[in-house]
Amino acid sequence: MSTAPATTAVGKAAQFTESRVGASKMVKEFGRKIFPSHWSFMLGEVALYTFIILILTGTFLTFWFKPAMGELHYEGPYIPLKGVEMSEAYASTLAISFEIRGGLFIRQMHHWAALLFMAAVSIHALRIFFTGAFRRPREINWLIGIALIALGMGAGFTGYSLPDDLLSGNGLRIIDGLLKGIPLVGTYVSFFLFGGEFPGIDIVSRLYSLHIMIVPALLIAAIGVHLMFVVIHKHTQWPGAGHTEKNVVGEPVLPTFAAKGGGFFFMIFGLLALISGFFTINPVWNYGPYDPSPVSAGTQPDWYIGWMDGFLRIIPGWTEFYIFGWPISFNIFSALLIAALLFGAMAAWPFVEAWVTKDHREHHILDRPRNNPTRTAFGMAAVVWYAVMWAAASGDLMAVFFHMSLNDMIYIFRFLFFAGPIIAYIVTKRICLGLQRKDREIILHGYESGEIIRLPHGEYQERHKVHTDHEVWALSSFESPEYVPAEPDPDGKISKWERRRAAISKFFYEDRVAPVTKDELDAAHHDHGDHGVDAGSHSGGELPRGH
Amino acid sequence: MTSKQHTAEHGSQLEQVNGFTNPGIPEHKPRVTDSSPAAERMAERQIAGWFILSMIGTLWFIVSYFLFPIEDGSMGSIRLQNAMLGLGATLALFSIGVGIVLWAKTLITDVEVVESRHDIAGSEEDQAIALEIINQAKEESGIARRPLLRNTLIAAVAIAPLPALLVFRDLGPLPGDSLFKTLWGPGVRLVQDPGMVPHEDRYIRAEDVTIGSAFHVIPEKMYESEHPLNEKAKAAVLLMRIDPQELNTDPAKEDWGVDGIVAYSKICTHVGCPVALYEHQTHHLLCPCHQSTFDVTNHCAVIFGPAKRPLPQLPIAVDDEGYLVAQRDFVDPVGPTFWEINTRETSEQ
Amino acid sequence: MKLLAARRRHPMALVVLLLVGLLMTGGAYAVFTTNSTASAEEYTAQDVEEGEKLFVTNCATCHGMNAEGTENGPGLVGVGAAAVDFQVGTGRMPLQMSGPQAQVKTPQFSEEQISQMSAYVASLGPGPAVPEDEYLDASQGDPAAGGGLFRTNCAMCHNVVGSGGALTRGKYAPNLSEVSEKHLYEAMQTGPQNMPIFNDANLTPEQKRDVIAYVREVSEQPSAGGAKLGSLGPVAEGLFIWFFGLAAVIGITVWLSARSK
Repeated sequence: MSTAPATTAVGKAAQFTESRVGASKMVKEFGRKIFPSHWSFMLGEVALYTFIILILTGTFLTFWFKPAMGELHYEGPYIPLKGVEMSEAYASTLAISFEIRGGLFIRQMHHWAALLFMAAVSIHALRIFFTGAFRRPREINWLIGIALIALGMGAGFTGYSLPDDLLSGNGLRIIDGLLKGIPLVGTYVSFFLFGGEFPGIDIVSRLYSLHIMIVPALLIAAIGVHLMFVVIHKHTQWPGAGHTEKNVVGEPVLPTFAAKGGGFFFMIFGLLALISGFFTINPVWNYGPYDPSPVSAGTQPDWYIGWMDGFLRIIPGWTEFYIFGWPISFNIFSALLIAALLFGAMAAWPFVEAWVTKDHREHHILDRPRNNPTRTAFGMAAVVWYAVMWAAASGDLMAVFFHMSLNDMIYIFRFLFFAGPIIAYIVTKRICLGLQRKDREIILHGYESGEIIRLPHGEYQERHKVHTDHEVWALSSFESPEYVPAEPDPDGKISKWERRRAAISKFFYEDRVAPVTKDELDAAHHDHGDHGVDAGSHSGGELPRGH
Repeated sequence: MTSKQHTAEHGSQLEQVNGFTNPGIPEHKPRVTDSSPAAERMAERQIAGWFILSMIGTLWFIVSYFLFPIEDGSMGSIRLQNAMLGLGATLALFSIGVGIVLWAKTLITDVEVVESRHDIAGSEEDQAIALEIINQAKEESGIARRPLLRNTLIAAVAIAPLPALLVFRDLGPLPGDSLFKTLWGPGVRLVQDPGMVPHEDRYIRAEDVTIGSAFHVIPEKMYESEHPLNEKAKAAVLLMRIDPQELNTDPAKEDWGVDGIVAYSKICTHVGCPVALYEHQTHHLLCPCHQSTFDVTNHCAVIFGPAKRPLPQLPIAVDDEGYLVAQRDFVDPVGPTFWEINTRETSEQ
Repeated sequence: MKLLAARRRHPMALVVLLLVGLLMTGGAYAVFTTNSTASAEEYTAQDVEEGEKLFVTNCATCHGMNAEGTENGPGLVGVGAAAVDFQVGTGRMPLQMSGPQAQVKTPQFSEEQISQMSAYVASLGPGPAVPEDEYLDASQGDPAAGGGLFRTNCAMCHNVVGSGGALTRGKYAPNLSEVSEKHLYEAMQTGPQNMPIFNDANLTPEQKRDVIAYVREVSEQPSAGGAKLGSLGPVAEGLFIWFFGLAAVIGITVWLSARSK
């Protein structure tokens, strides 16, 4: 670029970078990128910001934490542990908490941020699922997102295990048992992870390198690609007036989105500071050093591992059996199978849905969850299934809290493990169909205005008002998936898989509330007069189903 | 409507769906701050107020760092410091955030902007150029023409990571028979588990174990072994005394207890948590991690929960000085079920 | 250590062994439960008499006219004064309603009456007495040693800081933070309900005092990190981050993306 020499300091600095890295191209490329504004689009940002906070606080902790399992006698200030034998890892965690000024604050912020990170990642994923944002062209980003959840769980668990206290040690003991229960290779995997017999003296330093280097590096790489894809694909948007599949309507990065995003980062940071200043998390000093003999009542993993722990509680013992003397311990390793099942189902969903609906088009306009009742119902079934396992992990605490029998709690969870998702599926689907019918009513007959009018013959009625074109468009401009019967291939045959697809399609989309069409709306208005006011009462009537 | 119609509409930019025409972006409604200079000045002052509050928070953090020191061993002083630092950081950070967001919401224009989407796939021209570059590279490198080079390269790269895997071999020793062996053996005395508080071995006399008692036990001299915690993770035992009339003893294990005193491994056969919740009236042992329940009167058979195998029993006796000792090591392997569990040499049993 | 070694080789060992054998074959339940060195008070004959009256009117329905036990309640011969003091002193007895286990409630009797009932039950057969004050003084105990004992012997039911936990079929181990020193001691000594008995050979009176010192220390010390959230561990923390943390975050996102007027 050949411009006049800059005179101000800022101008000089800008010219310096411009002539060396060509910053203007980046500003031009990204400066006016558009991001739609909706609260549910900010959940992923929460995950990103908490991740940044995790890196900042985690780096601080590495300066004092000693990832070593050499035994020493505690001589620090915490009286109930004076003289107790413990590992350097545990002693240094106590030192961070009690001897480094602000250490406890940063430690708590790190742990709270981890819990919030996983919570944000989870509801971000749910938002993507329930709005159909995983559809073409975003399938790969959905898969990366699933990998991020798994990596997040890995990062969390490796961190949870580092302080080498009684709670985390018992967590590791469960991991050890879980690994040993894997057929064929279990004991080898356990011995390789722990450097021999459990607990050994290597596990903390190994988890440390995973926790501070390998897992975060993978996370950063995956987050980088995740965000790059968002730029490539541009953000999805809700159905609304002026929104099309060919545009994106919202705020430009500079200045609005950047300002809101930056402000949001500070607000999340501040919120975590508030929580960390006033609410204890993982008071490691309470648990004492790891010792394989004791255990505390209410020993649980952090919340995001809870569902797997809960599954280990509800599976009955008879699932362990022997084949020719070799044990098959489903009561142990199927916690890993259940995780594989859940992650596998999430990963497969976009492709299964595209196959069933034969819809391979790009989608940039989101579905309102009610407008895809089957998907929403499946999603809720999965959420309930997860929640049952999750709740089972705290069954003992619930039993005490609600004065119930621990055993009865487990029987209930066993029942809900199977029945919960089915009930959730049916109920959600009915609710969605009901909401769709309600939407139809609102469009066709207007909404209740709250104004009561008296008709000439004395009847009182509430005035119904119709919506503006903008509102009608937002409510009715959606495509409702429907049953696609089996279609013959070019040879005129219907393949076995096509028949299966059609059967699934029928199951998915047989029950359906069609969206209002312009013709229907015109007819409805005509019935009630043309003045845009629907003053008549109306009957629900049968709504058209399919075709 | 059929799905084919959808496709057609989709192509037409979704400007028409179900017969409705996209009405376009609604007219922008100005905010108070857009029209009233007074409101704008007010907002400006408000935002600056938040930034000033943030500065106060930062200063408070710095002041607190020195004003609320940690007094040695005083939990209260740490609590106070933690709370005051937290307050300062909250004000410092949250206020910046609120200020910026308010700025964006009230002063920066909120007129919506439209950006067009473009095809994600490159233009046909771009694709052709890319293909040409790849073909050219193929040609210039000769990778297609020289299968020997290509195949040997693929093979070399494919096996090159093997040494990288191999060097991880020493992550750990092989299990061998270590999962079958514990420190227990003939004549090894039972001593009380001192926790992690250093303590000399306290032996246990049979008469010390009164009915209803539960003793947490480890083998003597365990802390002198090379890896005490590894040993403890296998050898931890719970010792209980039950009225002999209440015990349903397996004839084969009749002499494994001492007049109602029985010793069982504390390591759960499910995933290895210490099973130590002993109910002395029901004689049930409960695992706090996954709620497996074992019946002590019935050789610790599983009566509830995810465990399958009973807790292994440690055969015990009284030595000539009146102390409880192990008769031998556990017959059944302790802890979670593992693949090689039935491969133990029969001669050992 | 030397002392122990010396004892092991003592000529009396043979006698002890014989005694052990005798005791075992005898299966004398009452003798086994008797194992207390820390006896506190001497009762007068009048105490016993008053206690018997209270017993007959308040306890005999379930425990029998002579405390021999009935279908509805165990025999109390040999349970000792400590058991009575604990059960009645914490309000668990008299039982209000049947259930998985007796509930704590406001005691129905005065200190004096409880002491009289204890005297009566103690007179029926030897059993653990109400502990002496010197073993109840938490300030003389070593909380670090007590912490080790607590984690090994108590934490699996009562949680590492005594917040309580679940047992099988509706039973539970109670929270210990509000339990008095005397009742903590008596609970260890007598094993109320399903709690195992920690006799003086298992936990010496000094060790019991260490345990008490630990419980007092962890329940009374201020929580360094802020609100304790019940000291229940990761479940409470998870609930908090979802219902407070994430809820606050969503509130912020809604405010942030709402259009201002």
